[in-house]
Amino acid sequence: MKELVVISGKGGTGKTSLVAAFARLAGRSALADCDVDAADLHLVVQAAQREEHEFSGGKVARVVEARCTGCDRCREVCRFAAVSPDPYRIDPVRCEGCGLCVRLCLAEAIAFETVVNGAWYVADTPFGPLVHARLRPAEENSGKLVTIVRNEARRVATENGLDLVIVDGSPGIGCPVIASLAGASLALVVTEPTLSGKHDLGRVLDLTHHFRLPVAVCVNKHDLNPALAETIEREALTAGARFVSRVRYDATFTTAQIAGASVVDATHGLQMVAAAGRGDDGESRPAAGAADDVRRLWRSLSRELDDLTVGEAVR
Amino acid sequence: MSLGGNARSGGLRDGEPMASAGLRIAVASGKGGTGKTTVAANLAATVVLDGLRAQLLDADVEEPNCHLFLRPVIVESTPVEVLIPEVDVARCTLCGRCSEVCEYKAIVVLPTTVLVYNELCHSCGACALLCPEQAITEVGRATGVIERGAVEGDAIEQRAVERGAVGKLAFVQGRLNVGEAKPVPTVRAVKGAVAGEVDVSIVDCSPGTSCPVVEAVRDSDLVLLVTEPTPFGLNDLRLAVDMTRELGLPFAVVLNRAGVGDNRVQRYCEQEGVPILLEIADDRRVAEAYSRGELAIEAVPELRARFRGLWDAVVTSVGATASLVQRSAMQASPTSEER
Repeated sequence: MKELVVISGKGGTGKTSLVAAFARLAGRSALADCDVDAADLHLVVQAAQREEHEFSGGKVARVVEARCTGCDRCREVCRFAAVSPDPYRIDPVRCEGCGLCVRLCLAEAIAFETVVNGAWYVADTPFGPLVHARLRPAEENSGKLVTIVRNEARRVATENGLDLVIVDGSPGIGCPVIASLAGASLALVVTEPTLSGKHDLGRVLDLTHHFRLPVAVCVNKHDLNPALAETIEREALTAGARFVSRVRYDATFTTAQIAGASVVDATHGLQMVAAAGRGDDGESRPAAGAADDVRRLWRSLSRELDDLTVGEAVR
Repeated sequence: MSLGGNARSGGLRDGEPMASAGLRIAVASGKGGTGKTTVAANLAATVVLDGLRAQLLDADVEEPNCHLFLRPVIVESTPVEVLIPEVDVARCTLCGRCSEVCEYKAIVVLPTTVLVYNELCHSCGACALLCPEQAITEVGRATGVIERGAVEGDAIEQRAVERGAVGKLAFVQGRLNVGEAKPVPTVRAVKGAVAGEVDVSIVDCSPGTSCPVVEAVRDSDLVLLVTEPTPFGLNDLRLAVDMTRELGLPFAVVLNRAGVGDNRVQRYCEQEGVPILLEIADDRRVAEAYSRGELAIEAVPELRARFRGLWDAVVTSVGATASLVQRSAMQASPTSEER
């Protein structure tokens, strides 16, 4: 089974819009939305929820007021400043669930309880099953939930005889991103021709290099700053990217999103409401523009994934 | 680095009702790429041009970008260390207590040795404290860095000085080391690095709604949630609103790229009674300036007044002390050459 992970470093570069398009172009695959803080993929792949499961990231300590003697030991030992006195309370948001206060409380007045802090879902889409999740706001352990989403996506792929999982990652380089990369076949990093995009791409490529993961780079909205786009592409290739690909700026991305579809659906007879004709130049680009770029990108990715399989077989 | 310290607890001075970190404004969003950095950097520059003393704290430690727009001179760089256990093999009896008390499975006792998985450790100290042989000490391990500086000799400050204002912009950013999973200690270090007496601290957060964001917005007087008028923008705004409500923090919305999608965000805000303090129209000039690392208020001069309006709205909505409002108004109004 092959697993393509789409990440970006910088947020808002178009990961989810591209994954929705890839889902359609792949025909049938399993989809995993690993942006568990802010999952959006289900909004653009006509998802129909089939299963819901609770997620527990761990335990949280709670003072049982009736037994508390106010000795202050819990507050002394807590490294996370989660305990406030008079009456003694533990802030469930600050508590990291280490259990030290539970073990050291002389009055045995602290309960240690498993908490539900999220959920994960399996949905059906016209392009294959989708696994997505929602971490409750202000919760931690996003990495653990990302791992569950990926494992479940692989499971439903196997059950459905699918040999490809497409993973929509989260922005940044921290815990959920690291959890979405381990053991993947290929990472596509989506960036944009801005100084921020360039800066963040550099850090993401350091990360994929760190995990020795094959990587390709897409410069989305490349015509926003063509000179910078070229610089970014050169740097990406120097850093070891298998290939670089461009997608032009196109209002169709937004109209497709509003229609709950992807940019490649826009050219398949889906009636797009007119955002066309807006913009400073008064020009609307032909709907096929970015869709063509995305198709080209998908062909390159498919080839790369096929080659990787051959490589793995040889090894 | 103190864990629970509240930077606003600094002593009050005569005639100076504000504590040293001033107003704390966090700029956050559920969705990435909606314009947090644009809002944070331009708001900071605006208040400095109007004569306030500000500091910008870039707490998006996974991908800090404010420096690209403000070009600070970094004068000090400090590693951010977390504590991890170190086992003294001479004292260790392999009793297994450390591994038993570790909720994160970060320390494992094997038949002949003890293994520590640094990346799983939360630095809670349980293993060291509960080791019956006192064979565990905690040692520092750097997972990030904080960098301090000021936007000195820069166009912003020069212009403020030319106009007779005393505005000054201090700058702090955190950078998580690549490959590290846990950004929170570095975020905490950024939040704790208060650069002297300032009128306002503006905190740029990472996208999302989980632990690094919670740490970044904590103790704010107001959280500005930046979004865009699209289905993703609305979905992620709802999640960000849930987070700020859960934390009991006051919040308001900045709508970026207005006109690019539809009216669903405005409708939601109206229904929920959430104020929209600023709408920034979708404008290719802003996007291109952003791509080059330029401030929007410099590339599109009319935005200067809009950001000043945002600041006034922020001050009004947090009900800041009269002296700060007065000061802002006094130094802003006589010079409005850019209008």
